[in-house]
Amino acid sequence: MTNSIHDVDVLLVEDNPDDAGLVIRELKKINLGNSLYHLSDGAEALDFIFGRGEFSERKVEDKPKVILLDLKMPKVDGLEVLRTIRDDDRTKLIPVVVMTSSREEQDIIRSYSLGVNAYVVKPVGFDNFSKAVAELGMFWILVNQSPR
Amino acid sequence: MLLKDTPIRHKLMRAILLTSSAVLLITCSFYFAYEFFTFRNTSIRQLSILGEIIATNSTAAMAFDSREDANEILSALKAEPHIVAAILYDKEGNPFSNYPLSAKTTTVLSKSDFEERYSFEESYLVGFQPVIQGNKRLGTLYLKSDMGAMYERIRLYGIMAVIVTIISFLVAYFLSKNLQKSISKPILALAEISQAIAKRNDYSVRATKLGEDEIGLLTDAFNQMLEQIHTQNQEIQLFNKNLELKIKERTYELEIANKELEAFSYSVSHDLRAPLRSIDGYSRILIEDYGDKIDDEGKRTLQIIVKNALKMGYLIDDLLAFSRLGKQNVTKILLDMNAIAQRVTEEMVAQNYKTSEVTIEPLLSTKGDSSMLRQVMTNLISNALKYSTKKEKPVITIGSYHENDYDIFYVKDNGAGFDMKYYDKLFGVFQRLHSPSEFEGTGVGLALVHRIITKHGGKVWAEGKVNEGATFYFSLPVF
Repeated sequence: MTNSIHDVDVLLVEDNPDDAGLVIRELKKINLGNSLYHLSDGAEALDFIFGRGEFSERKVEDKPKVILLDLKMPKVDGLEVLRTIRDDDRTKLIPVVVMTSSREEQDIIRSYSLGVNAYVVKPVGFDNFSKAVAELGMFWILVNQSPR
Repeated sequence: MLLKDTPIRHKLMRAILLTSSAVLLITCSFYFAYEFFTFRNTSIRQLSILGEIIATNSTAAMAFDSREDANEILSALKAEPHIVAAILYDKEGNPFSNYPLSAKTTTVLSKSDFEERYSFEESYLVGFQPVIQGNKRLGTLYLKSDMGAMYERIRLYGIMAVIVTIISFLVAYFLSKNLQKSISKPILALAEISQAIAKRNDYSVRATKLGEDEIGLLTDAFNQMLEQIHTQNQEIQLFNKNLELKIKERTYELEIANKELEAFSYSVSHDLRAPLRSIDGYSRILIEDYGDKIDDEGKRTLQIIVKNALKMGYLIDDLLAFSRLGKQNVTKILLDMNAIAQRVTEEMVAQNYKTSEVTIEPLLSTKGDSSMLRQVMTNLISNALKYSTKKEKPVITIGSYHENDYDIFYVKDNGAGFDMKYYDKLFGVFQRLHSPSEFEGTGVGLALVHRIITKHGGKVWAEGKVNEGATFYFSLPVF
C-alpha cells in the first residue's frame, strides 16, 4: 500500500482486510501496487474522494482511475458511496467496479441503476479470484481510458 | 295425470264430490227401489180394493143374473183409466159381463182362478176376485190393469232424481271448493314458502301457522327446522370468518418466517463465503511464497486445506440453491423435453465427461417449470455421467412414457449403481451412498430433484444394482 494519498490510480474500498490483502497482492504482481490506496469503510472513502476530514489535503480533481468498491461495509455501505459519487458533477464520471460476494439479482440491479461500470462477484477459489483481479487491474488501469 | 300427482285442491274436491255423488246415488237407488216395490204393493192393494168393491156391488146383479146391471157396474170402471179389462164370470166360470163392452171374450175360467189372486203377468196387473154373497159363490171378477201409473211415477221420480242430483252436485261442488280451502290453504302456503326458500336460500323467513291441527304441527316443525338451519348457517359463517382470520394470521407468520429465511440465506451467501476465500487464498500464497521452504508433506497439507475450502464453497452454493427453491413458485408451461435433454447433455459432455454414449429417445412434451426441470435433468444426467466414469463403455439412456395420467421420464446408466438396501438415503439432503474418494459430490443434487418434482405434484424413484447401473425416474402429472 502506497503512502501517498495523491495520484492514486486504484482506490480499493474493502472492509475485509484479508480480501484486501489478496487484491493488493495480485495488483502488486502486475505492478499496479504502487498507485493503490486501501480504505476500510464507505465514510473514509467519501472523505478521501471529496478531500475532507482526514484527507482534506486531497483535491477532488485528483480523481482515481478506478474505484474497486465492496458493497457490504459498516457505516456507509457501497451503494451509498456509489450514489454520492454519482450525484456530484465533479466525481460522477469516475469508473466504479463493484467487487462483492453477493450474486443476488437485487444487488446487481441496484448497482447498475446507480450507474456502476462493472459488477464482479468475488469467487471463492483463489486462482479465479487472482485472475479476476489481474484482469480488472489490467483493463481499468492500462486498457481503459478514464476521464481526467 | 295420476291421482298422486294432482294438486291437493283437486284431490280434496274430487274426494268430496265423489263421496257426495256416491251417497246420492245410493240414496236415490234405495229410495227408487223402495218406491218401486211400495208402489207395486199399493197398486195391488188398490186393485184388490177395487175388485172387492166391484165384486160386492155386483153380487145383486149376479144373484139376479142381470147382465145389464152387471155391465153397468163394470162400466163404472172407466173412472179408473188404468183398468184395461174386467170380466165377470158366473159360478161356472163362463164370462157373464165384460168391460169394455167391445172386448167380448169367450174364455172359460179355469178352476185355479176361482181363488182370490192378484199378480203381475207380463206388464199387467191381473186379479181374480170371487163374488160372494153370504157363503154362496156367485161368480168371479177378473180385473186387468196396466202399469201406466207406475211407469209415470217412475218417470216422475227419475226426473226428480236427476234434478236433485244436479242441484246436489252443484251445491257439493261449491261447498267442497270452499271447504277444501281450510285444508289445502295452509298446505299450499307451506309448499310455497319452502319453494321460495329453496330458490332464494333465505332461511330467515318463517311459515305462518294457520291452525292447531296437524298442518299447524307441520308448520311448527318446518319453522323449527328453518330456525336450526338459519342458526347453523350463521355459526358456519362465523366459523369461516374465524378461520379466515386464523389463516391471515398464519400467512402473516409464514411470511415473516420466509423473510427471515431469506435474510438468513442472504447472509449465508456472503458472510460464509468470505472466510473461505481467505483460507483458500492465503494457503496458496503460502505455497507460492514459501513453497521452497516447505517440504512435500507440508505442501500436501496445504492442498488439503485449499481443497476443503473449495468444497465448502460448493456445499454452500448447493445448500443455497436448495433453500432458495423453497420460496420459488412453479410456473407451468408446455416444455419440449427433447430440447432440454439435448442441451443439458451437450453441456455436460462438453464439460468434463469423456466419451459416453448418450441416447435420448423421443421424449413426451409435458407441463412444468422450465428452469426447475432443466435443473432436474442437469442433476440426473450429470449424475449418470459422473457415476459411469469408471466403466469402460458408459451407456446412458434418457426416455419417457405415459402411464395413468402421468408423464414419466427416466435416466438410465450402466455405471456404479447403488445398493437398494440404502434406497431410503438416496434422496436425503447431504446423504451419499459413495465416498468422496470414489465419486465427488455434495449429496444435494438428488434432494434438489426430489424437492422440485414434489413441488410439481409428481414422484421420484429409482432402481439400482451395485456395479450394474441405475435408473432414475420422475413423474409429472398431466394437468
